[in-house]
Amino acid sequence: MASEHGLGKELDTRAGGSHPCGGAGWGSARARTSRSLPAPLIATAAAPSGTPRPARLGRARRPRCPETDAQNAFKVRISIKTALGDNAYAWDANEEYLFKAMVAFAMRRYSSKSTTQISNVLLCNVTDRVSFWFVVTDSSKNVTTVPGSVVEAAIRMNRNRINSAFLLSDKTLQFLKITSTLSPPVEPSTPVWLIVFGVVLCLIVAGIVFLIVSGIQKHKKKNKESTERENLEEKVEVTVTLENGLPCEVLDLKAGHINGVFPADDERFTSL
Amino acid sequence: MLIAEGMPLLYLELAVGQRMRQGSIGAWKMISPYLCGVGVASVVVSFFLSMYYNVINAWAFWYLFHSFQDPLPWATCPLNSNRTGYEEECERTSSTQYFWYRQTLNISPSLEASGSVQWEQALCLTLAWLVVYLCILRGTASTGKVVYVTASLPYCVLIIYLIRGLTLHGAVNGLFYMFTPKLEQLSNPKAWISAATQIFFSLGLGFGSLIAFASYNEPSNNCERHAIIVSLINSTTSIFASIVTFSIYGFKATFNYESCINKVILLLLNAFDLEEGSLTADNLSEKKDYLMATYPQEYAQLVPQIKNCSLEAELDTAVQGTGLAFIVYSEAIKNMEVPQLYSVLYFFMLLMLGIGSMLGNTAAILTPLTDSRVIGARFPKEVISGVVCFINCVIGLIFTMEAGNYWFDIFNDYAATLSLLLIVLVETIAVCYIYGIRRFEKDLYTMIGRKPNWYWKIMWAFVSPLLIISLFIFYLTDYILTGTLQYQAWDATQGQLVTKDYPGYALAVIGLLVAASTMCIPLGALMTFIRKRLKRERVSTVA
Repeated sequence: MASEHGLGKELDTRAGGSHPCGGAGWGSARARTSRSLPAPLIATAAAPSGTPRPARLGRARRPRCPETDAQNAFKVRISIKTALGDNAYAWDANEEYLFKAMVAFAMRRYSSKSTTQISNVLLCNVTDRVSFWFVVTDSSKNVTTVPGSVVEAAIRMNRNRINSAFLLSDKTLQFLKITSTLSPPVEPSTPVWLIVFGVVLCLIVAGIVFLIVSGIQKHKKKNKESTERENLEEKVEVTVTLENGLPCEVLDLKAGHINGVFPADDERFTSL
Repeated sequence: MLIAEGMPLLYLELAVGQRMRQGSIGAWKMISPYLCGVGVASVVVSFFLSMYYNVINAWAFWYLFHSFQDPLPWATCPLNSNRTGYEEECERTSSTQYFWYRQTLNISPSLEASGSVQWEQALCLTLAWLVVYLCILRGTASTGKVVYVTASLPYCVLIIYLIRGLTLHGAVNGLFYMFTPKLEQLSNPKAWISAATQIFFSLGLGFGSLIAFASYNEPSNNCERHAIIVSLINSTTSIFASIVTFSIYGFKATFNYESCINKVILLLLNAFDLEEGSLTADNLSEKKDYLMATYPQEYAQLVPQIKNCSLEAELDTAVQGTGLAFIVYSEAIKNMEVPQLYSVLYFFMLLMLGIGSMLGNTAAILTPLTDSRVIGARFPKEVISGVVCFINCVIGLIFTMEAGNYWFDIFNDYAATLSLLLIVLVETIAVCYIYGIRRFEKDLYTMIGRKPNWYWKIMWAFVSPLLIISLFIFYLTDYILTGTLQYQAWDATQGQLVTKDYPGYALAVIGLLVAASTMCIPLGALMTFIRKRLKRERVSTVA
């Protein structure tokens, strides 16, 4: 990290590179450090080399990117508070280290040659929003930057690993030029609505059939009853005898023998 | 409006039905032979209504069946073909509108482009008609039992929604909006006209269904008390339902307002690389001024994208009809917790209400048919109901085509409005002046043992007819003044509704709809007159 501070000084003095993180500047600085000493020692070596360090305020400032559009650099935007709310962590130098490690991991996994180091990934222009530019350099190929398409493909392949390392998602860890492939919705083999429709349809049709059939049965029973009753009435009519113009059932045959005015036999004597 | 119009006319119709003990055609024929056209007009209007109304039930079924998924299908936009983003039509409008216009209706850009029948909607329509057939199969006796369910269940769901709605964030905004009287709108006559029309249609006057149902009552039934109770309950339910509606509306408006603010905040944060959380809803306006002052050029570039978010604007977007039921409510439901439960409850309630209305409509059509000697005696009830349902279902397939929703709007706006006003006007005048209000009083006395007091008599004789005549004149002048009639068509490329003119044949259909029902009244009178004249001539020649 301290090496970047040193590089920052280089950039400030250099006049505009070809990409945000000062391409040639990056490359040459890289070459210098790699040729001479391992990174941490360079940090301590570069620091007291004499040029005054720019004042640090609050968060560690990355080197200012001279230009903000180049095809091999990518802008990243991170929204930690939106994603995690109260559990949000602060974006500091350690997180940046992790980011560089993840990008290096993605490059290694994609190209399956283990040449990308963490120091190959360069960040600059970190803002309060937490957005920054990064570029990946290639130490083996004469300190040029890795083409954007390769980086893009590598990140795309490992996107969910990178996201989960930071507990973020595609929306909250945005690589602005790399569009994410949205996951397709889970489609069941038969649409759910057809299943429910089928169930309801069967119930309703069963109800209708039941009602119609019971209606027809009732109708038939009523018809049978009415024909039976008609036959019965015919029979009754045949046997009814007429007594003085009135059918015999109407006359109460007992009426002549017992006089209802007097109390019945068992009530003649008052009870004791 | 309720007191001047609703209660008196309701009482009138119930009393007529109970006294005459026949469906609308027979009842009006008994009042005066020249008025058989009124009954026929009622039946025709009910027929038109039942043709298009069941499509609403089909849509309710569609949404109900789709509520059993997680997430709800109208909650998110579907992805486009190469899976890099969402469908463009869905991007331009909201996901609920996309679900309604594209996946439910599959609407065509204009009335002329008819398109093909949507098989999914056709299936739902068939199911809706099967349900209606099941309920009316055995006649009004079975309908009575079904109505116990279809009338009481919506109340339960409304209570659940009331509790849920009042506890939603932002519901208070909606309630405030509802209860603050907007004086400038109250002074607009259009508001009063809408109120009068609303009472009219919510009570179901003039369809013949009230007469049909009342004809099954006992002759000694106290229809005066019933009329008062029914109209009061109707209005109370309307107020209750509007409390629920406005609390959910307030929730939706607040949610949209906060999303809008959050979008603006995100835009500014990303453009100026400010720290997250430095811009909140409270300090947004001062920060905006600060940014405008400090970075004028970049801010000027952003200005077209920054929308002015306003809660009042969200609350003012008045929607009504099918849009309210299916778009606004589904949008509100998708943002609640456990949206599947609320969605199922809501669309089930909508279904119950719709089926209840359909039962009234079909009763209005079937009662005259089963009462008549020509058809009623020859075929059993089940066959007549089946034939009516089948015919309506086949005609209803028109509304499941791609341009079907435009035809639906035509029927919805024109099939009932004018005709009903005319029918009810003729009914009131007929009972008061042709039948005679004294005769009517005597009939009521024999039925319920009490003469109607002066309030009813004044309403029937003067106030209600005047009110209806003024409504009628207003609507006619409105139609004439606006010139060619226009409709709202969905434009897929813009993602919103655009206004278009009706083509010639659509105007012809509208004219036919209105004429078919209104012309029945004079035609009926004319035919009776001719028949009487012929009979008199025949009698005179014989004699």
